[in-house]
Amino acid sequence: MEPAVLTGEHYMTGDEACAEGALAAGCRFFGGYPITPATEIAETMAARLPKVGGTFIQMEDEIAAMAAVVGASCGGVKSMTATSGPGFSLMMENLGLGICLETPCVVVNVQRAGPSTGLPTMAAQGDMMQARWGSHGHYEIIALSPSSAQEAFYQTILAFNLAEKYRTPVLIMTDEVVGHMSERVVIPEAKAIKIVERTRPRGRKDRYNPFEPGEFGVPPMASAGEGYNVHMTGLTHDERGYPDMSVECQEQMVNRLVGKIRNNLDDIIRTESHRLEDAEVVVVSYGVSTRTAYAAVEEARELGIKAGMLKLVTVWPFPERQIRELAGRVKGFVTVEINLGQIHLEVSRCAAGLAPALLVGHCGGTLISPEAVIEAVRRIV
Amino acid sequence: MKQTQTLNHPLDDLLRTDRIPHIWCPGCGIGTAFSACLIAMKESGINLAKTAMVSGIGCSGRGAGYVKLDSYHTTHGRAIPFATGLKLANPELNVVVFSGDGDLFAIGGNHFIHAARRNMDLTVVCVNNFNYGMTGGQAAATTPHLARTTTTPMGNPEMPFNLPLLAWASGATYVARWTILHARDLAESIEEALQRRGFSFIEVLSPCPVNYGRRNKMKPMDTLRIFKEKTLIKNNAQPTELGIDFERGIVLGKFVDEDKPSCGELYDKTCRPSLTQGTAA
Repeated sequence: MEPAVLTGEHYMTGDEACAEGALAAGCRFFGGYPITPATEIAETMAARLPKVGGTFIQMEDEIAAMAAVVGASCGGVKSMTATSGPGFSLMMENLGLGICLETPCVVVNVQRAGPSTGLPTMAAQGDMMQARWGSHGHYEIIALSPSSAQEAFYQTILAFNLAEKYRTPVLIMTDEVVGHMSERVVIPEAKAIKIVERTRPRGRKDRYNPFEPGEFGVPPMASAGEGYNVHMTGLTHDERGYPDMSVECQEQMVNRLVGKIRNNLDDIIRTESHRLEDAEVVVVSYGVSTRTAYAAVEEARELGIKAGMLKLVTVWPFPERQIRELAGRVKGFVTVEINLGQIHLEVSRCAAGLAPALLVGHCGGTLISPEAVIEAVRRIV
Repeated sequence: MKQTQTLNHPLDDLLRTDRIPHIWCPGCGIGTAFSACLIAMKESGINLAKTAMVSGIGCSGRGAGYVKLDSYHTTHGRAIPFATGLKLANPELNVVVFSGDGDLFAIGGNHFIHAARRNMDLTVVCVNNFNYGMTGGQAAATTPHLARTTTTPMGNPEMPFNLPLLAWASGATYVARWTILHARDLAESIEEALQRRGFSFIEVLSPCPVNYGRRNKMKPMDTLRIFKEKTLIKNNAQPTELGIDFERGIVLGKFVDEDKPSCGELYDKTCRPSLTQGTAA
């Protein structure tokens, strides 16, 4: 057996760091399908997983990959897949299955420019609203967005921990630049990494209900083969997992699925602030665009403009309260993202009536320049 | 007052009796196919605590909802890839896929051929009722040429799949076909398949009087009469001769039974020999 945690200093791409983060988090199943710019995650997992006692399978398409990942999780194994735009679209139905069956798993989207086949080898952040609403029906989702290879490592561990704790699929919305860029990645010793495991049922097996909420509103999860005779269905179901085609059951189930995220926002939402204390303009960003935002804030400060940065580590659920609080005391917001306004709409919504919100974005294919951000910052002050 | 004796059905211990009555229509054959599957599981002696059933969507897809085992009612067409993940994550499990022809061969066709190619260790039972029953009788990938359905009102212009041929050509190591009238042969076949490693496929022909039958001049008994009079048991028949023709006859039997290493075994041997040395059976 090789060590699952590659303790030490490395020079690796964001895609490789993401795969290493998954292995460190205890991921032992990867179902994937090749797609630029996410293929390297699958390649790393194909090489590494069998050596740490895990299983890699290249499925026939992304629909199958996502289905296999949900199935593997029901088998009791931490599971993951990685893809990009076109594959992400194909995964949406079974992502919804994962949400409805409450199966912990991680889905990585190394974003490239779309729509359709778009610019396969070039970065974008155009799938952020798809991440939020891409599967049908009303649900809540957790989505992270790393801006470096080091963050790809840590956020993948965090993604697994949140998935296990809240018994739900978690998305990592990275992008082509973070995925392909090689950087220094420091991997700590295994014992220094905090790992969360799903809560297992206790008590009599014949009295176990797979969807009876426990701590945080999350039901303990039994795996197949443990003797619990679990039933799970994508149909609206009661706590036993039995289908119930009533409006009352629908309300109860959906409210709990939504509630287990909404009632734990303080535990889930993570942001990072840079020079926000006295800021008059807040540059909001996530993923690779935080690098642009950071450079712009530094440059603005040199020009004497009181700019600060709010970096969204978790993009979903959206930090509404934090934006509202900031909106009450700053002159405005500038959202930096490689699309034509997605998270910008959320910032605008939360700041409405309190502060103006501008977007610095474009259609994708390249990063945003700090100069464009400074120009927008100047418009606010 | 005279006490009435309540007799339990011999399969009750494998059923979620609190979910009965089931949704299947009078005259439907799925229940018979489902019973045969449960009998096979029981008779085979496999560890039922380590057995899971996975279904897709449709009438037959409701099977997973009635079996008192770990059971998963998944998305339309995706029972096989879900089952693939389940089996690879926990190789101790016996994984049975119970679903319909529309689910497994139209929307799920790609997954079927790839699971067969890999020789994934699954037992796939497909109830073929020649149409989409759940949605009210539309054409399927198995609907005979010229048959009437709600989406082929002038008759089906297309040709159906020969499912055993498809399974064999894709690499399935066990392939059989029965009708619900051949319930014992069917149960024995499923039992045999459960004891085989690799990808097993059993097609079960079933009447759908409510949707398929009434649009094709087949009353419930007519379909069963065809199953009785127009079928021929021919084990090891050439898969190319297994196209379904209600007029000329339908060949039943076991067509393929080969012992080949399963996907999981080949993965262990190829990708992690050092981890599995000495542990292989």
